[in-house]
Amino acid sequence: MAGERTDILVEPVGESPSHPGPRIRRSWVIVAAALLMLVIVREVTGSKELTSSFTFAAALALAVPILFAGLGGLWSERVGVVNIGLEGMMILGTWFGAWAGWKFGAWYGVVFGMAGGAAGGLLHAVATITFGVDHIVSGVAINILAAGVARFLSVITYTTGTGGSPAQSPQVSGTLFQFTMPFLAGGPFLWIHKTPDLLGWFERHHWFLVSDVAGVAKGLMFDVSALTLIAVALIPFSYWWFWRTRTGLRMRSVGENPIAADSLGVRVYTMKYIGVVISGALAGLGGVFLVFEAGIYHEGQTGGRGYIGLAALIFGNWRPGGIGAAAGLFGYADSLQLRSDPAIHALLLFVAVALAVAAIWFVGRKRAVPAAALVILSSGFFTWWATSESVPGQLVGTVPYIATLVVLSVASQSLRPPKWDGRPYRKGQAL
Amino acid sequence: MPEVAAVELQGITKRFPGVVANDDVNIEVAPGEVHAIVGENGAGKSTLMKILYGMLRPDSGTIRVRGEEVHFRSPKDAIAAGVGMVHQHFMLAENLTVLENIILGSEPTHGPMIAFGDARDRVKELSATYGMPLDPDRLVEDLSVGERQRAEIIKVLYRGARILILDEPTAVLVPQEVRELFGNLRDLKREGVTVIYISHKLDEVLEIADSITVIRAGRTVATVNPGDVTTGQLAELMVGSELPRPETRESTVTDTVELTVEGLGVKAADGRWLLRDVSFTVHRGEILGIAGVEGNGQAQLLEALIGVTPIAAGTIKLGREDITTWSTEARRDAGIGYIPEDRHEEGLLLAAPLWENAMLGHQAQAPFAKGAWIDRKGAKRQTEAIVSQYRVATPGIRAAAYALSGGNQQKLIVGREMIAEPKVLLAAQPTRGIDVGAQASVWDAIRRARAAGLALLLISADLEELIGLSDTLWVIFGGRLVAKVDASKVTPEELGLYMTGAKQREAAS
Amino acid sequence: MKVRRAALWLLAPIAAIAFSLLVSSIALLLIHQNPFTAFGNMVKYGTQGNQIISIINRAAPLFLSAVAVAIGFKMNLFNIGVEGQYYLAALLAASVGAAVHLPPVLHVTLILVTAMTVGAVWAGIAGVLKVTRGVSEVISTIMLNFIATGIGSYLLLNYLKRPTAASDLATRTREIPKSGLFPSLDKLLGITNPNEPLSGFLLVAIAVGIAYYVVVWRTRFGFNLRATGLNAQAARVSGVNPGAMVIQTMLISGAVAGLVGMLYLLSFFHAYTLDFPTGLGFSGIAIALVGRNNPVGIAAASLLFAFLEVSAQILDLNGIPKEVIQIMQGVIILSVVVAYELVRRLVEAQDVRAAAQRTREPAAPLEGVAA
Repeated sequence: MAGERTDILVEPVGESPSHPGPRIRRSWVIVAAALLMLVIVREVTGSKELTSSFTFAAALALAVPILFAGLGGLWSERVGVVNIGLEGMMILGTWFGAWAGWKFGAWYGVVFGMAGGAAGGLLHAVATITFGVDHIVSGVAINILAAGVARFLSVITYTTGTGGSPAQSPQVSGTLFQFTMPFLAGGPFLWIHKTPDLLGWFERHHWFLVSDVAGVAKGLMFDVSALTLIAVALIPFSYWWFWRTRTGLRMRSVGENPIAADSLGVRVYTMKYIGVVISGALAGLGGVFLVFEAGIYHEGQTGGRGYIGLAALIFGNWRPGGIGAAAGLFGYADSLQLRSDPAIHALLLFVAVALAVAAIWFVGRKRAVPAAALVILSSGFFTWWATSESVPGQLVGTVPYIATLVVLSVASQSLRPPKWDGRPYRKGQAL
Repeated sequence: MPEVAAVELQGITKRFPGVVANDDVNIEVAPGEVHAIVGENGAGKSTLMKILYGMLRPDSGTIRVRGEEVHFRSPKDAIAAGVGMVHQHFMLAENLTVLENIILGSEPTHGPMIAFGDARDRVKELSATYGMPLDPDRLVEDLSVGERQRAEIIKVLYRGARILILDEPTAVLVPQEVRELFGNLRDLKREGVTVIYISHKLDEVLEIADSITVIRAGRTVATVNPGDVTTGQLAELMVGSELPRPETRESTVTDTVELTVEGLGVKAADGRWLLRDVSFTVHRGEILGIAGVEGNGQAQLLEALIGVTPIAAGTIKLGREDITTWSTEARRDAGIGYIPEDRHEEGLLLAAPLWENAMLGHQAQAPFAKGAWIDRKGAKRQTEAIVSQYRVATPGIRAAAYALSGGNQQKLIVGREMIAEPKVLLAAQPTRGIDVGAQASVWDAIRRARAAGLALLLISADLEELIGLSDTLWVIFGGRLVAKVDASKVTPEELGLYMTGAKQREAAS
Repeated sequence: MKVRRAALWLLAPIAAIAFSLLVSSIALLLIHQNPFTAFGNMVKYGTQGNQIISIINRAAPLFLSAVAVAIGFKMNLFNIGVEGQYYLAALLAASVGAAVHLPPVLHVTLILVTAMTVGAVWAGIAGVLKVTRGVSEVISTIMLNFIATGIGSYLLLNYLKRPTAASDLATRTREIPKSGLFPSLDKLLGITNPNEPLSGFLLVAIAVGIAYYVVVWRTRFGFNLRATGLNAQAARVSGVNPGAMVIQTMLISGAVAGLVGMLYLLSFFHAYTLDFPTGLGFSGIAIALVGRNNPVGIAAASLLFAFLEVSAQILDLNGIPKEVIQIMQGVIILSVVVAYELVRRLVEAQDVRAAAQRTREPAAPLEGVAA
């Protein structure tokens, strides 16, 4: 495997545009517009599930493991190490989380799951950073190794427990606390056992927009597990860490240009090790979350979420907020698929409308070609919606992957992966 | 001089295997001056600056900074002593902001957090003091080249440097930006910063420098006052008082035109012309040399001719055939050979055996191929022939290319191109970095091929090579052919003036 | 020197295997099992006739998968999508094969061509995206794996499923008629009463292996492919068209990937079923790495992996979890890539030294002048 790989994620094609302006405000506008469109579609199609609190609660739960994996990818790739091994680290997280959760209790599960994932990360770091093994090769190897280790360990431990087998653990005892927002979603507050469920009250009235917003908000606020809170908190934390702290800046610099960083006294290898080990720990946490949601460990539990995390990382443009949004989107699509077929079908209309809006935006910018393409796509989706009764669930599952491919092929010029992502680095090498 | 020198280099000598890069170099830089160091490519300027910046250690000689003898082991030591360097290839992370790049490694902090406010103030203060406007919050990626250079300079100043080394600072700048840079340098001087300015652009040096040291072949030739010299004198100092005379020899130039280039142009991604309006012809038995300082379009010219860079204008003809739109493979098969400038980057498969390297570029031709198949026997026989005819010292034709010395790698490349008897050979720096013995044998091969009717386009930074071999000599500057000179009559001064852009003549023969 | 060098390269996988034995021995000791008994039993069991047939039957698909991956590796292309390519290929080839009635040879040929075409098209998408849009094939092939799963199960459930009675819950394609199946080699080799037949598809795998060697090492195309892998820029100025190479290589790699599931389909399953083997694509990556993309190395590595899987079945009878071999495989893969990297550095340093000694470079004259 001689030769450098400089093209792990996207190869530059053409020129790159200027840095996008104030993203925060723009993304809120987009969120609001999307919600409004969703409500309109809900009204037209009558698919209440589109904005129900249950859908959003499920979406959140489905998004969390993707979010953990995506953030894991962020911590690794920001220091320039591509982590295809997320899936394997997540598997280690599920196994160790379940084992410790079963043996000692829930919080031990969290700690052990993290440690298991971090051990996978350490292995990846040793192979790629110290021994200069190709990042992809090492990642693939870790995925295979992790699956084997988990299987072996299951056989020697779980088969003795009640309900355990080589493919699954006994019931994992203990739970992490769950949080429900007081007053808004009816959670407990101090000594008050049950506070009013204000959002639920709004939701039940089916007022246009108001009830929808209430449903969405309530979905995100009731019976939220501790790990979900941690996952969500990790979004601002990662942002703070990478963009506000000294070590974070140094870590990012290593992923961008290790030679420049080295010339300024930054300890390149140390930064890389920190990033990759934390990456593993986060993937491990994602695994733990899956175990606690299901109450047991079972083989194949991760179901490729490590790879979806990778997709979320790309979709989210290597930024914590973007990863959060991508994970949310993927989780939402998943939850609709689980909850209701008509809602998924209604989503086709939503996509058609969204594409049409995007087309109008391009028309405003006098860019005829993308506008025309979007109009065609939009009418395609509209026709699909109008002429069909339902969308097969199997196809809905492919949405994250297709979306990622589309983003990579259409918008790769606005993507900003770390410049040195995936490239080997040996101390002292010249530019 | 009453003041103690800012930097004093005494008897600096640095050898690399096979080359003496610096040979007893002596330079004294007064505090607060702009001191230019000029010399041709390969004269040893960069080595000298790397020594001063702690990236290399001299074999002998002493360095004094503000009168005190120093022994830098790394750039860190140099920075601590107040010496900073702005590299020709910027050391910037493009996805980071200007501010982040500047403070990286020396960040002011409040607890774990970076005190961005303090840092921003400090950078703004620096850019105000030295008159270098720069928005600290922009991404480096979005900056123009001139702005990036400013960021690099401020990065160095931020670390407290009072002695600034600028390595070929104008090589990548457009004229407007050069003006701005000179303004900045004057401000730096006013604030007492010492600047060591490495360049080969004589008019620029004369404009900005307070004193000029000329280096040639690793030695300091002279230190002069810009007021006392003309560009011509400086050019002569740089190129050498005597140019080698082309040996008297039979001209083998025939009337048959092999390569015709007309109005050739190549554009950069940002729309700038890298090569513009280049026209020439090469005849059978003719060597056409192109002289010029590196980075003036030579690389683009070769890439356009071999067909790996899209051309924006013009036509290329091989014999009478218009090959402008031909693929590289078709050009190769039609009889165009290519000796790339960088043998490791473009010339060799380092991990592959010699006999496979000998095929490269000829893999579709006999004796290397029979139809769709590789002819292993033929290939090996041919490789043996190359190895013996071109005296490639190797343990065998199965040895991996990386195991050979640079000179032998180069002989292999020259051999594989020559032995195929191309109609046209495009050769860039055919003897770069190889020892004199290997050089002589390469030159020999070139002369023999010329006598046999080869049309050769020769690009070289080595004037001796160019003048010694060329039948026709053009000078390239800023992507244009600026002059056609007579190799037997041209003076060093004249050649230096053309190459550094101080003098331009319309391309009339 | 050649022998020493070959020995050094061989040392890497041997060391990796030894290390994996060590790690798995520790694992066995931890559960109070004697590793010597365990491994001894495995060797004894795995070298019996019936087991050898089984090993060969399992090794052939692994070999094909590894060849598919190795073709890409030879030019620095990562086809992580073999998994999805062989899955879609097997599903569609099974459906096409069940839908037609043809004379035996033609029938099998049609099925194989279908499989290769499907694999090639699926891999080709990644090639086209890379060349035209600059999308890394690593990411696109991963994504295409999942998309293949979705589309495949959609097609299976909605169009390709065998019509079943309500009582039959198994989802599968219709059976391929006898004319579309692959004969066994048992009669030819005089094997009597085997537990399972030795699939004739082995011959296809061997043919593909030979073709892989011939194409990659003996043709101009193969030279261009390897040259691009070693130094893309040098290959480009030598006349290779990099974009065309990427697409062609992905197409060939995908076509071979399409064959991966065919042994199981045409010799054992006769239809695409839900318990059709998965994960062969990822194993192929591992085996290509262990075998260093060399056809013989890949063959040896696929036999090793198949041997481990088959012979481990005896462990369960001895009360030892057979899953220990999965740890072995994982450790082999990770340690072998590290070992190869170390050997590569060592060999390079040695070669340079050796060549310098053998050729006695004349002392550089410039230095002489200075001295």
